[in-house]
Amino acid sequence: MDKKLKSVPVKSSEITSKADYLSRRDFLKQMGIVTAGVALLAACGTDLPDETSASPADLQSAPAQDNATLSEELTDYEGVINYNNYYEFTTDKEGVAPLSKDFKTNPWTVEVTGMVNNPKTYGIEDLLSGFTQEERIYRLRCVEAWSMVIPWNGFTLASLLKEVEPTSAAKYVRFETLLDESQMPGTKNKLYPWPYQEGLRLDEAMNNLTLLATGLYGESLPGQNGAPIRLVVPWKYGFKSIKSIVKIELTDKQPETMWETIAPNEYGFYANVNPDVDHPRWSQSSERRIGEFQRRETLMFNGYAEEVAYLYEGMDLTKFY
Amino acid sequence: MKKLKLTPLRITIHIIGIFPLAKLLFDYFNNNLTINPIQYLEQQTGLAAVTLLVLSLTTTPLRTVFNWRQPSKHRRALGLYSFFYAMLHVIIFTAIDYGFNLNLLFEATFEKRYTLVGSIAFILLLALAVTSFNWSMRKLGKNWKRLHKLIYLIAPLVIIHFAWSLKGDIFTLQGDVIKPLIYGMIVLLLLGLRLPPVKNFFVKRTKRSARA
Repeated sequence: MDKKLKSVPVKSSEITSKADYLSRRDFLKQMGIVTAGVALLAACGTDLPDETSASPADLQSAPAQDNATLSEELTDYEGVINYNNYYEFTTDKEGVAPLSKDFKTNPWTVEVTGMVNNPKTYGIEDLLSGFTQEERIYRLRCVEAWSMVIPWNGFTLASLLKEVEPTSAAKYVRFETLLDESQMPGTKNKLYPWPYQEGLRLDEAMNNLTLLATGLYGESLPGQNGAPIRLVVPWKYGFKSIKSIVKIELTDKQPETMWETIAPNEYGFYANVNPDVDHPRWSQSSERRIGEFQRRETLMFNGYAEEVAYLYEGMDLTKFY
Repeated sequence: MKKLKLTPLRITIHIIGIFPLAKLLFDYFNNNLTINPIQYLEQQTGLAAVTLLVLSLTTTPLRTVFNWRQPSKHRRALGLYSFFYAMLHVIIFTAIDYGFNLNLLFEATFEKRYTLVGSIAFILLLALAVTSFNWSMRKLGKNWKRLHKLIYLIAPLVIIHFAWSLKGDIFTLQGDVIKPLIYGMIVLLLLGLRLPPVKNFFVKRTKRSARA
């Protein structure tokens, strides 16, 4: 069915200035694509410049929204920085920001090693100055079935990998997060196999969408969002977008990943957003877009099918979840 | 109708029962419902329901182990408060989160086990709530006690529902399992104290100390 493979037009490589962010939202409002979520946000007291609110009556008892006509409004900045899954600090989504406010991100190094011709340990300054930083507006879909739209700043993982030159033996990229009990109280909980680790197949890593993010909304990444550098893989569930990276390793074995280790029948290595492949305990066919009143249909590959479907041609996605 | 005495315990019980609702209203008016208010409300009402359920299960052991009889009089109040929050929990899920979307609700309730277990627990709890009044006790006679023993099934179902709503595996103790684990251990303790040999041990002990 073709409809599922079409990408939803969020121009991921659009470069937008901050003024454009705001005027884009105004444009969408003028087109009448405003959800009752705005009214809800207003009730929640978030700082929105004179929003018009749609009447809730318009949106009651309608089926889950058809994504082709829905807005892709940016999630409010205050929301993006105050609602985080970063269990190294706490499992309380609103508790991460206060606990990470003094998180030390300078000095910071990222060791790039393994099957590469030019292994190198980069300082964070090298990464910020040595690679062209772009803005990318991506949907982020959590495996818990909520989602946001976030304007990231960063550079493609591909540009970093091109510099270090993976050897022909390399098949996967492995990532590791900082583990520091003195700054991260949640890591004292030994029910998780710290440190957080993640991985991608090399071709997934080289895809143009895969981003190493160093900022959001034009500001540098706050601690709770994975400062100073994190991965963003927008067509996969959010847990693949590993935070606060200290190590990137090229390898020929499929890397172990945190959530797959915890529950391999629930969280797979690929973790592609897929409304047809449910989590064993809950459905993935719909999601709650933060700020909206009605649930949305979840899109195949989170709406990035055109850019990434080729990576999985011929693969049984119910087996390789 | 029998006149109800306004004891400190009774007042405390009702404060405990109303507190979660008061807190949610406070959060609402202070715009403290997080940016995912629907999920926050679902989680807070669920937590209130399971906490009050656990409290209602403490009343009988308090009598058998410590010979403190007053809490048992408030078992029904605690149970009904638990049901009240469970009902809010279900209404928020069905009407607000899923907007009465029958397709999504069917899938969520019957095809996905964490909501399925929750639905079963709720229906059983509903049966207990509507038969919790003196009129039903008279009408059902012996069967009333049998029916209300279902709480021993409902409590573990609720714990499993709780554990299954989080990202973790309570059976292998991995991931986000601490809260349901603690609640689960308390429920096990409270149910264990009702097992005949355990109960009899305590009852004999309190009888002996009462005679002495």
